[in-house]
Amino acid sequence: MIARAAVALGAGAAVTAPWWVANPYHLHVLIMAAIFTILALSLNLLLGYTGQLSLGHAAFFGIGAYTSALLSLPPLEWSFWIALPAAAAASGIAGWAIGRLALKLRGAYFVLVTISFAGVISLVSINWMALTNGPLGLPGVPPPALGPWALRTKSAYWYLVLAAAALAYLVCKRLVGSRIGRALVALRENEPLAESVGIDGTRYLVMAAVVSAAMAGVGGSLYAHYTRFVSPEVFLFSYTVTMVIMVIAGGQGTLAGPVVGALLFTVLPEALREAVAWQWQMLAYGVVLVLCVFFLPRGIVPGVLAVRSHAASRAGHPRPTPGSRSSLR
Amino acid sequence: MEQLLQHLVNGLVLGGTYALLGIGLTLIFGLMSVVNFAHGEFYTLGAYAAFATLALAGLPFFVALVVAIAAGALLGAICERALLRPLRGHSIDTIMLVMIGVWIAMQNAELLAWGGVARSIPHPFPTAPLTLGPLNIAPLRLFVVVTAAALIALAWLGIQKTRLGTAMRATFQDRDTAALMGVPIGRIHTITFAFGSALAAAAGALLGPVFLAYPSMGDLASLKAFSVVILGGLGNLAGATLGGLLLGVAEELGAGYVSSGYRDAVGFVAIILVLLFRPAGLFARAERIG
Amino acid sequence: MLEVSDLRVEFGGVIALTGISFRVQRGTITSLIGPNGAGKTTAFNAITGYLRPTRGRVAWAGAALGGRRPCDIARRGVVRTFQRTSVFPALSVFDNVRTGLHLRGAAGLWSVLAGTSRVRAEEARLAAAADEVLAFIGLTHRRDERADALPYGEQRLVELAVAVAARPQLLLLDEPAAGMTGAEKERLVALIRKIRERDVTVFVVEHDMRLVMGLSEIVIVLNHGRVIAEGVPAEIRAHPEVIRAYLGSADAPA
Repeated sequence: MIARAAVALGAGAAVTAPWWVANPYHLHVLIMAAIFTILALSLNLLLGYTGQLSLGHAAFFGIGAYTSALLSLPPLEWSFWIALPAAAAASGIAGWAIGRLALKLRGAYFVLVTISFAGVISLVSINWMALTNGPLGLPGVPPPALGPWALRTKSAYWYLVLAAAALAYLVCKRLVGSRIGRALVALRENEPLAESVGIDGTRYLVMAAVVSAAMAGVGGSLYAHYTRFVSPEVFLFSYTVTMVIMVIAGGQGTLAGPVVGALLFTVLPEALREAVAWQWQMLAYGVVLVLCVFFLPRGIVPGVLAVRSHAASRAGHPRPTPGSRSSLR
Repeated sequence: MEQLLQHLVNGLVLGGTYALLGIGLTLIFGLMSVVNFAHGEFYTLGAYAAFATLALAGLPFFVALVVAIAAGALLGAICERALLRPLRGHSIDTIMLVMIGVWIAMQNAELLAWGGVARSIPHPFPTAPLTLGPLNIAPLRLFVVVTAAALIALAWLGIQKTRLGTAMRATFQDRDTAALMGVPIGRIHTITFAFGSALAAAAGALLGPVFLAYPSMGDLASLKAFSVVILGGLGNLAGATLGGLLLGVAEELGAGYVSSGYRDAVGFVAIILVLLFRPAGLFARAERIG
Repeated sequence: MLEVSDLRVEFGGVIALTGISFRVQRGTITSLIGPNGAGKTTAFNAITGYLRPTRGRVAWAGAALGGRRPCDIARRGVVRTFQRTSVFPALSVFDNVRTGLHLRGAAGLWSVLAGTSRVRAEEARLAAAADEVLAFIGLTHRRDERADALPYGEQRLVELAVAVAARPQLLLLDEPAAGMTGAEKERLVALIRKIRERDVTVFVVEHDMRLVMGLSEIVIVLNHGRVIAEGVPAEIRAHPEVIRAYLGSADAPA
């Protein structure tokens, strides 16, 4: 009951944000939070539901950004509304490649391959000057246009990313609550058993990788058309680290977790920017990760849910045992 | 031909230090099954320790090396004791996440301590290269490769010949039996991690003066270390040594003949190709340590 | 029927199955017995795709199973359970069974994302089917509990429920009664008979001789990777080679 009210309140606040957020810089932070929500949700699909950690997720983000930028700049000058799906497709193909090649590896080896892949892509973006303009980057990426109006203002862009984030959330929700989501969780929980009832491990893990990568590509495209500049910096490992922290601290394997994590780790650093230098924050990220592993292994959202469940059962309310359906929420 | 030989020599210099990195990680990842993404940070630690000793304290190079090794061993021991021991028995993924946290924390600690500007580490060797036949080699690099070789030999001896080394091998081959025989399992784990980290720090102290020291130098070092371990096979000392040399030479040849911008890609591509086609490593037949 | 011809499995130098051949007739309850290490679970693994045989042919209802992956074999109607308790631990019993119903659904990625009414209808259908399986097995009272929170005997029933949900034509049970009490075993036997009534061929590996002899129509005996006897329980009980195989080992024929 409280949860539903909170969500309604949050949604209302989000939709009306341009009116009550006075400082345009704060609106910028919210826009970044929305983009990171999409990225965190995409990583959560892989990590939280299949159990495979991809530390190369910035690669999908970057491929999306570059694809969208290159397609909408001269000589092609395609519309944003075509560049965006193209970016998703390009990242999706990369996700497919990673999925097909690497998912038979699993665990730490999968992680290493994803890092290596991201490393190679990053080097390509720096060295292939003819395509990417190298370290100088691609300036002047045009903003999206709706008919004759270009979405230049932060307010307009806010609604775009808000819609995209809501769509990403919906995609995840539908996927997770479906037969496909059950298959993914089953593969994570007990792969031989899942296979014995006809669940094709390779097919579904690759599917998860493709959707995850495509979603990250959408995030990349939105980022490119917002900052209007793309450089090899999109492949920085710190982006991947941030995404990982958001998912793990927020709560992997839940839908609300990445959203909470994205908000927390976009807004918090900005709020603390005056007081605490960026390096201290990154240092804190590392410590937070370690602490999470020890004390909140499932992240904040499941932790909160568990406390609530515990409190409710103590108060005598009959409730299913904690976690009985949480994996599929 | 001369150019080829020159590249080979440079490759061996790099490769010797990569071998040190790889041997350290093959002990930690191969034997202890700890996915140590912070391995490169111990390399960075070694470089900065050398910087502190040489630039700030003005002590001899040899002392710098000892300081680096000691720092690596000490911090490694603390890491293992405080973080890994309580998590023993947890899944490999959990441990991997913890080490990622350590990686981030250590790197940003270095950033805070030393600043983001790259530091040049002074060394006592003359800069004029020595000429050995058709080859030129800077005295510093010669020192690096000789010292690396010596350290590798010491590591080998330590693991193959001493009682401690035997205890290590026994622990990771069959823990329960080793425990029954009175081997202090907990201490062996700590020592192994400290040993591996010390080797990484040594590599950092050696290569730091050759290039520069900067806080994110550990990222590539970690990945190259993993590359070496995968090339050589987990837990395989000889494989790690050969793998390290191979990687160093391949990088130099690639940088010299193909493109220097993609030099670091060699390690990445090696990881991908080996894991896909020969996951047990290139030298799979060679004897495992454990 | 299940046709196994000249099935041979080698691990390195060890020959686990020496080219065995047997048939399991459709609609029967057939058991596979033998002393420990005879190769029973190896045979199961080879039949259901978890092991690649060195040689030989396996076919169900005429279609070859050899070389296929477990998920493809399941799609052909051959489902197995595992020797050690195998459930989806963090999921509820209901979700465990619903996962077993995977093949009964057809929703693909795009229809799921679009959220069509057909997908919703399918989900409702699957939920109803899951409840039906739970009722059949007798686990309705445990519906919403975590699978790994259940007592051992009931976890094994969850396993059975998951396998039954996959609507097998041939069901391979790997030591389903292991660790069960007498009462639980009786319940299990009744369940297996009920399953067979649904036109499912049941092929069981078991060590409990009384259970095997009472339940099976045909018994196949394996020892050291060979078939040493095949017949009705009465014949097997008196078979000299079978008695010899078991003499000195803990399980003797009843």
